[in-house]
Amino acid sequence: MAILNIVQAINLALKQEMKKDKTIILLGEDIGKNGGVFRVTDGLQKLYGEERVVDTPLSEIGIVGSAIGMAVNGLRPVAEIEFSGFLYSPFDQIISHAGRLRTRSRGRFSCPLVIRVPYGGGIRGLELHCESPEAILAHTPGIKVVVPSGPYDAKGLLISAIRDPDPVIFLEPLRTYRVVKEEVPEKEYTVPLGKANIVKEGTELTVISWGAMLKYTQEALSKTNYKAEIIDLRTISPVDTETIVNSVKKTGRCVIVHEAPRTCGLAAELIAQINEKALLNLEAPVERVTGFDVPYPLYKLEGYYLPDEKRILRAVEKVMKF
Amino acid sequence: MPRKLVTNFKVEYLQVLDNSGNADEELMPRLSSEQIKELYELMVLVRVFDDKAYNLQRQGRLGTYLQVKGQEASQIGSAYALDKKDWIFPSYRESGALITRNHPMYMLLLYWSGDSRGLESPEGLNNFPITITVGTQIPQGTGVAWASKILKEKVVTMIYFGEGATSKGDFHEGLNFAGVFQVPAVFICQNNGFAISLPREKQTASETIAQKAIGYGIKGIQVDGNDVFAVYKAAKEAVDKARKGKGPTLIECITYRLGDHSTADDSSKYRPKEEVLEWQKKDPIGRLERYMLKNKLLNDKNKKVITEKSTEKVEKAVEEYEKVAPPQPEDMFKYTYAQMPDKLQEQMKDLKGE
Ligand SMILES: Cc1ncc(C[n+]2csc(CCOP(=O)(O)OP(=O)(O)O)c2C)c(N)n1
Repeated sequence: MAILNIVQAINLALKQEMKKDKTIILLGEDIGKNGGVFRVTDGLQKLYGEERVVDTPLSEIGIVGSAIGMAVNGLRPVAEIEFSGFLYSPFDQIISHAGRLRTRSRGRFSCPLVIRVPYGGGIRGLELHCESPEAILAHTPGIKVVVPSGPYDAKGLLISAIRDPDPVIFLEPLRTYRVVKEEVPEKEYTVPLGKANIVKEGTELTVISWGAMLKYTQEALSKTNYKAEIIDLRTISPVDTETIVNSVKKTGRCVIVHEAPRTCGLAAELIAQINEKALLNLEAPVERVTGFDVPYPLYKLEGYYLPDEKRILRAVEKVMKF
Repeated sequence: MPRKLVTNFKVEYLQVLDNSGNADEELMPRLSSEQIKELYELMVLVRVFDDKAYNLQRQGRLGTYLQVKGQEASQIGSAYALDKKDWIFPSYRESGALITRNHPMYMLLLYWSGDSRGLESPEGLNNFPITITVGTQIPQGTGVAWASKILKEKVVTMIYFGEGATSKGDFHEGLNFAGVFQVPAVFICQNNGFAISLPREKQTASETIAQKAIGYGIKGIQVDGNDVFAVYKAAKEAVDKARKGKGPTLIECITYRLGDHSTADDSSKYRPKEEVLEWQKKDPIGRLERYMLKNKLLNDKNKKVITEKSTEKVEKAVEEYEKVAPPQPEDMFKYTYAQMPDKLQEQMKDLKGE
């Protein structure tokens, strides 16, 4: 088995699925000849031609809008948005259309498309290249939102996303794109959407995270002796409530870590679900460690913005000592 | 039933200075010898700055940087046509226009090192913060110009973008508004051949970018973007026209990005070296130099002095930039709202561990 990073695992998933399913079309800016600004689609245009790996004009609305149309008409488009901040302009297409087409047509039409977006900060990126618009997406009915944290899941989740009958936004963690490496089988496999992963079992405390933040959360927890159960959400919409609630019922304590802003962030929703289903099992209020309610700063300050070991451990201590 | 031609449009192309440095005297814009020298000095200064910024990035002393190289005539020739109180809307590649508009060079370096203090437009300068999201500045610039009209100020807004931006709705919507409301705006499209890896031919099926103006009832003109006189002439005409309340103009500057898209890009993946070499021969600075040498506005000696002076200025800017202490974490909270809400006060405390 090959040791791959996330970029390579996604490339492999696309390559294999495209071979199997001729209706898959990749479209985006600089994804063909250039192989993508992060090289995620490297080599695919050579393999499958310019008709299936399309360098589009510079228009995110054009990319997403036409991907919706292609999906309606029998293709399986996998669109790439070059950087997270450029996902905002096609929101109208995503929220008003991709998310409600099935509803509006009473099931007659649907748009099984995937929108891949490298997201998150911590890479000394330019302004608007480091956004985490996950909560806005998770708030949107009709679309699924998937965030792999490592190469194995990235491949399996992407294949599931492509085969899924509904539109899926696939958020790829920029900060760990090339940092997290693991064995990725060459053979075909899928990782189901909507199912969280218990990365490590534990009894004293539940810690929930996803995407790039998972790695840094795990590293922080390795500095404590608490027996933490670590959950990687993997799909943030629809969320796997069952896994979370079962874990919190067992541990009675919970910390949630995400880098997106705090207000109406995903942690708020998870806390609401825990309160609804496991309030009486709680030994302490649930703590969340998040980005701040400010525009993502230019990179000299991003180290202060992103949840770090200190803030994560402070929350853990607070929950444990309550 | 008639079937007839309803209307017919033409697109003008303007070149004043050929590559050997010969100017068409009839087309030559009104510029004094001093002004020509000033244009030249600015172009050299911007080139020296640009090369320096690139090198700093390579040495790990600057973050990702996007080079101007090759587009000096387009940027300086256009910005030079503005008055002090006019506005510019720069994209990420407009170091040349910004330096022409007196944005301090050390602040540009600060910005490209991930420090938002570099974006602060010095008091009295209407330089809008650099736009990263392609094309979004276009309708905003239209709005600033529209406000000038409503407020009866004789102020012009110049909006910069690349040909890639013309694929975005923002461009079309911004131009349409500009046409409908006849705002005093000048749209400068630097058609530098590529939007990252995408060549101009694949960006749009239309023959020129300039003709897109026609769809919105505004004037469009194509100019040789490596000819500082042509750019200045077209820009000055457009600025004067806008100031008189006669409406907006779109100027397509045909130029070439001599460097990679950014310091994170490798353009050898998508364009042949020979093409770059061809365009290097059309370098806008060399062209102006040849004109000036012929017309005795420059000689080898003062050419050297100008380069040395520019290097000195840039080195000073680097020194000043590297002396700036790192930003404080509170900085990111400070400007979110006019008045900081309680929740941000609390979050700031949380950051400090209080
Ligand atoms: C809306 C948006 N989409 C994608 C990008 C990523 N990106 C940065 S520059 C660029 C190409 C822009 O080309 P052009 O407008 O011709 O300007 P140039 O960079 O050539 O000066 C792209 C795709 C972006 N910044 N904004």
